[in-house]
Amino acid sequence: MADTSDLKKGFKMLIDKQPYQVVESQFVKPGKGQAFFRTKLKNMITGAVIDRTYKSGEKLEKADTEERTMQYLYAEGDSYVFMDTQSYDQLRISAEQLGDNVHYLLDNMEVDVMLFEGRPIGVTPPTFVVLEVTQTDPGFKGDTSGNTTKPATLSTGLVVNVPLFVNVGDKLKIDTRTGQYVERVKG
Amino acid sequence: MLAGGAGNPAWVAGRVLQIAGERAAICDETGTLWVELDPPRPDLEPGAWVEARGRWLGTHLQGTLGLLGLPRRPFPAPDGEWRSLRESGRLQRLRARARMLAAVRAFFDDEGFLEVETPTMVPSPGLDPHLDAYRVEGLEGADARWLITSPEYQMKRLLAGGAERIYQTARCFRRGERGPLHEPEFTMVEWYRAFAGVDDVMRDTETLVAHVARATLGGTTIAPAHGASVDVAPPWERLTVRDAFRRYAGVEMDAVLPDEERFFRLLVEAIEPRLGRERPVFLTHWPITMASLARSSPEDPSVCERFEAYVAGVELCNGFGELVDPDEQRLRLERDQRAREAMGKPVYPIDERFVASLEEGIPPSGGNALGFDRLVMLLLGTERVQDVVALPYARL
Repeated sequence: MADTSDLKKGFKMLIDKQPYQVVESQFVKPGKGQAFFRTKLKNMITGAVIDRTYKSGEKLEKADTEERTMQYLYAEGDSYVFMDTQSYDQLRISAEQLGDNVHYLLDNMEVDVMLFEGRPIGVTPPTFVVLEVTQTDPGFKGDTSGNTTKPATLSTGLVVNVPLFVNVGDKLKIDTRTGQYVERVKG
Repeated sequence: MLAGGAGNPAWVAGRVLQIAGERAAICDETGTLWVELDPPRPDLEPGAWVEARGRWLGTHLQGTLGLLGLPRRPFPAPDGEWRSLRESGRLQRLRARARMLAAVRAFFDDEGFLEVETPTMVPSPGLDPHLDAYRVEGLEGADARWLITSPEYQMKRLLAGGAERIYQTARCFRRGERGPLHEPEFTMVEWYRAFAGVDDVMRDTETLVAHVARATLGGTTIAPAHGASVDVAPPWERLTVRDAFRRYAGVEMDAVLPDEERFFRLLVEAIEPRLGRERPVFLTHWPITMASLARSSPEDPSVCERFEAYVAGVELCNGFGELVDPDEQRLRLERDQRAREAMGKPVYPIDERFVASLEEGIPPSGGNALGFDRLVMLLLGTERVQDVVALPYARL
């Protein structure tokens, strides 16, 4: 049995037999009163987000989900096609269910697909992906504003903040958990 | 970064942010500028610490680079200090925080308060059933010590000694409190006024916050991260807990009170998020069962002289008309000890010197404890207290 100490971003739990994932969990403690966790939970099937408040220490039911390694094949309209690397079964996942992960999908990339009662409900890409810069300003322009970063658009449409020395054509390592620049990849 | 006119000799030291051909961008604590390199330095990479020596040409510097140090990790390191401090704007926020702390001190100094520093390791961290403390290891002798959850007992002993207006900015420690509004270690601004009551301390609070806003932001309108802007100029709204339950939860406080969990759940879900949205509000007249160190209200013994201020839904402070009756205080401390035991929590000792100081006699007094990190967060409009500290707990 899980409890409120597990209420961290990404934790999967069952409410009324539906799987929910913690989007946001905030420790709240009024003055000198009891502690609570104010959470935003996303229904992993419908995508609907609900607010729930749990008393610190309350018991929770963990959602049992299954993860399978699948290869990303191609996009078709609003859905993305994946293939199970063991059974060769194919399945489709909607852009809505993929969320921000749409920006990390590269052809033939292997990802972990999460299934709940046999249905795909989400995808976990590799922790780091390498993407190319398609647009960014030349960098430092002679001001003394104190800015040490600038925005850059990457090949998949993702926009990240990067150091000033990054140029168009550079390949960047991106952390898919945070969507943030890690480092420039040589060669 | 540089003083003097064009053509003058110039020197600057900092990190290389960008280097290409004959130009390098050098960043120091104040900003970034271009250096035209003569000779070029193809051997240098971003992240190198350098000093540039040459002539200031009005828009950039022309000269030579001397290498002071090279990073041993790719720059900027993903979880490194440069990113934490410079790329997130934390350094600018720390400058603002320092100005705010100076404004707090200036306010109390002008009001004739004495700044004091009381011990951080104490024989009892306080018995509030919902506050947990860190026990100190490795002490000489048999005495147990804990880190303070607030400097309240020690400051009240100074009142018994005859100090009339005292304040401090104290590092406090609360176990298990981590979230956007909580760090396990934080800064409390705490003050006490003798021969004064809860109303005087509420006035101190609203004038203090307005003073800090004016001194550091130039005005009293602040833009919190969540919700509309708030004018912190006095007077702030006064609202009793009873009226807040009626207004925002649609229930009678006294009907809810026997179920403490329901009381706090309504407070957290229905009431707090709506408090202090246009101007700050003092939530006053708390139930006597939640009085801890506050005295009961002379007009209505079912409530106490305790208040909390809310700004943009964020609780900023907790103040009291102080309980000075030693017998009543001991009863409450023993009740809190029993409550802690029933909850299976560590039962801290009663601070006998604190109770003795009440027996020795404390004048009628008011006091308040204000979370300084939250004040800075609200004034700067950041999302979390972790944004306004030098090194958040999670980065230790």
